Amino acid sequence: MIIEAGHFALVLALMVALVQVVIPLWGATTGRRVLMDVAEPAALMQFVLVAISFAALLNAYITSDFSVLTVAENSHSTKPMMYKISGLWGNHEGSMLLWVLILTIYGAAVALFGAGLPPAFRARVLSVHAMIGVGFILFILLTSNPFLRISPAPPDGQGMNPVLQDPGLAFHPPFLYLGYVGFSMAFSFAVAALLEGRVDPAWARWVRPWTLLAWCALTAGICLGSFWAYYELGWGGWWAWDPVENASFMPWLSGTALLHSAIVVEKRDTLKSWTIFLALLTFALSLVGTFLVRSGVLTSVHAFASDPERGAFILLLLGLVIGGSLVLYAIRAPILTPTGQFAPVSREGALVLNNLLLATATVTVFLGTLYPLFLDAINGPKVSVGAPYYMATFVPLMVPLLVAMAAGPLLTWKRGDLPGIAARLRVPFGVSVAIMVGTSLMAGGKSALASIGIGLAAWVFLGTMQDLAGRVRLFQGPFSDTLRRLGALPRASWGMTIAHAGVAITLAGMTVSTGWSAEGIQVMKPGDQVVVAGDIWHFDSTAPVSGSNWKGMQAQFSVSDGGARPFTVLTPSRRTYSLQQMTLAKVAIHTNHLANWYVVVGDPQPQGGWIVRIYWHPLAPWIWYGFLIMAAGGAVSLSDRRLRIGAPVRRPVVASGKSHAAA
Amino acid sequence: MRRFRLRPVALLALLFVTAAPAWAVNPDERLSDPGLEARARALSKELRCMVCQNESIDDSNADLAHDLRVIVRQRLTAGDSDQQVLTYMRARYGDFVLLKPPVDSATWVLWFGPFAVLLLGGVVIGLMTRYRREPPPPAPLSEDEARQLQTLLKPEPEPS
Repeated sequence: MIIEAGHFALVLALMVALVQVVIPLWGATTGRRVLMDVAEPAALMQFVLVAISFAALLNAYITSDFSVLTVAENSHSTKPMMYKISGLWGNHEGSMLLWVLILTIYGAAVALFGAGLPPAFRARVLSVHAMIGVGFILFILLTSNPFLRISPAPPDGQGMNPVLQDPGLAFHPPFLYLGYVGFSMAFSFAVAALLEGRVDPAWARWVRPWTLLAWCALTAGICLGSFWAYYELGWGGWWAWDPVENASFMPWLSGTALLHSAIVVEKRDTLKSWTIFLALLTFALSLVGTFLVRSGVLTSVHAFASDPERGAFILLLLGLVIGGSLVLYAIRAPILTPTGQFAPVSREGALVLNNLLLATATVTVFLGTLYPLFLDAINGPKVSVGAPYYMATFVPLMVPLLVAMAAGPLLTWKRGDLPGIAARLRVPFGVSVAIMVGTSLMAGGKSALASIGIGLAAWVFLGTMQDLAGRVRLFQGPFSDTLRRLGALPRASWGMTIAHAGVAITLAGMTVSTGWSAEGIQVMKPGDQVVVAGDIWHFDSTAPVSGSNWKGMQAQFSVSDGGARPFTVLTPSRRTYSLQQMTLAKVAIHTNHLANWYVVVGDPQPQGGWIVRIYWHPLAPWIWYGFLIMAAGGAVSLSDRRLRIGAPVRRPVVASGKSHAAA
Repeated sequence: MRRFRLRPVALLALLFVTAAPAWAVNPDERLSDPGLEARARALSKELRCMVCQNESIDDSNADLAHDLRVIVRQRLTAGDSDQQVLTYMRARYGDFVLLKPPVDSATWVLWFGPFAVLLLGGVVIGLMTRYRREPPPPAPLSEDEARQLQTLLKPEPEPS
């Protein structure tokens, strides 16, 4: 009964969304406030109805109601509760419902916090937002209904792939979707602006918090996914350039470009039509990402065609969203005239370079991900695109981006002073080159790429710090003045500094862990020991271990650096999930935040013992710390006073007693 | 009744899982010569395990990946250069085995697409900044303004 109520609520949500599309838009066109004001209650109502529908499905998962088809296919009564819940979005149907739930949360947020927006504009935004809602709810109801019953109900479910039964992956999809769907706000704002034919700094300011929020969530989501791949898949890597990973990386790249170009619109009232285009593109890539992962097209282009109903709907939806918005763009973008002018060497110029490189990087990942599918679909030659392709194309694009990243923020708007910047960046430049040469000499010239990477990481970090030092006039006056400036620095400025420092930290982690890692792969029995990167790994013992839906063995390793006592004891395990008859190797990791000690026990050997893989990954933790710092930078920027539209807060008077103009 | 068929769990897993748990390169495959072994590892990262989802034979623990790793090492021991090994594998298994696709007419878009986009973008930006350095022309007068101007310029309107 509950599940049918959920189904019904979703149908009602569709009706409300239809009303939300038509009435407010009509009101905005005819200038009738009464009609415009339908948007807010409709958005809230749509959220409530989808939430009811989601709750109904969640209830079926929690209570293991196997008369519901998706529950029977994806859940099992012995699964731990966390994975019963995450099983909801571990499959196509449920994840689409989560997608729509997040979409309506964003819509409701605009309805609640959008009081600062002009009424006609808000009505248009919510109307466009509801169009996306109509498309997706229809998609769920017609082709991917999670509320279907199965009769007779099976005695138990089919369970979930054990690899997915992990906290990292349980929370990964919601974060990812918070990001993907968050870019729908940028899309709705962009389309509404095109409909009005007006893009100005105020628009950029309205759209910024939503873009930032989506970007932060997507950053955190990618970070979680990458970390999951590192510790769950047991291969010692953190990024495989797999299409599934690329699917989330593309909107991240273009979303990053969007964040930067929107700054130019906000500050200088130029790059307007490009920014609108990026907003459309980023959401389009989010949609492509959602469907790439969910439609099965990656497994095989032909698997996609084997479910023609769903495939056709997806293509139709993508075509409508992308095609429709691009047609509107082609008609309306020419009237968006820029007013601000700037010289090539300027903050704007640097941000244009940032956008050019990020956009090209997006295209590169797009081609690498989809071109093989395209070739396959037209029965062309079968080719593989893997890490070596991206090393040859993507990585070289990142080098100029990182070089420019340190200098860009130091440039002034309109016309920058290149010799002045060069002088200010003397020290960062000297230090980074010294680090580059030094590490190269230390490694005997072996890993040139790693040395370049480290040098670039140092360059970005020191350049960012130089910029901060310049902003607060460090050592250029009394220290109290520096402190006062530090306190008065806008949050958005802090956000940039933190996020850029995060990039440097991630980069350092990536290059050092790739270039200077050590590994030991050997067959070991309890009592054996092996030396990896100077540390002695002793295989102490094995013991049986079990969980609610698996049984297995746990090994114990003591790791010491030659001292009397081991500095850590690691317990990797092998788990056999009885339902799937699948054995998983669970990695054990010790970290001191500067390096990871990583061990995984592989297949047992006929002559006794197990294949044991041991890795030492220096600076590997920084990869994910850097990503989290980037997301934190975005969050700090999000808390900037000028973004809290509709709730203006007076700036507190600064400690010195004098009031200062806001920076 | 297609809709009600329970799909295999494995297929559902593929929707989410980037790669199956992988712990490649078994100890018994390794060559005693560290120089050759290092070359074998580097080559393995360039070759695809053709039955896996986007995994190199260095990362995969599939039987096929094992066989290919052994072949790579046999060729190296026989004295092949790195390029010869890649050519050998390509002749045997087709372009699909190379994780870095060969540059030919089918992959021009793939290899030169990014470069073309960068170049095109650079040219467009170059043209736009050149255009922008000129001050924008003043906005043309509206009809009302033109009429006002006309009346101002003609102090003695002709009798109609």
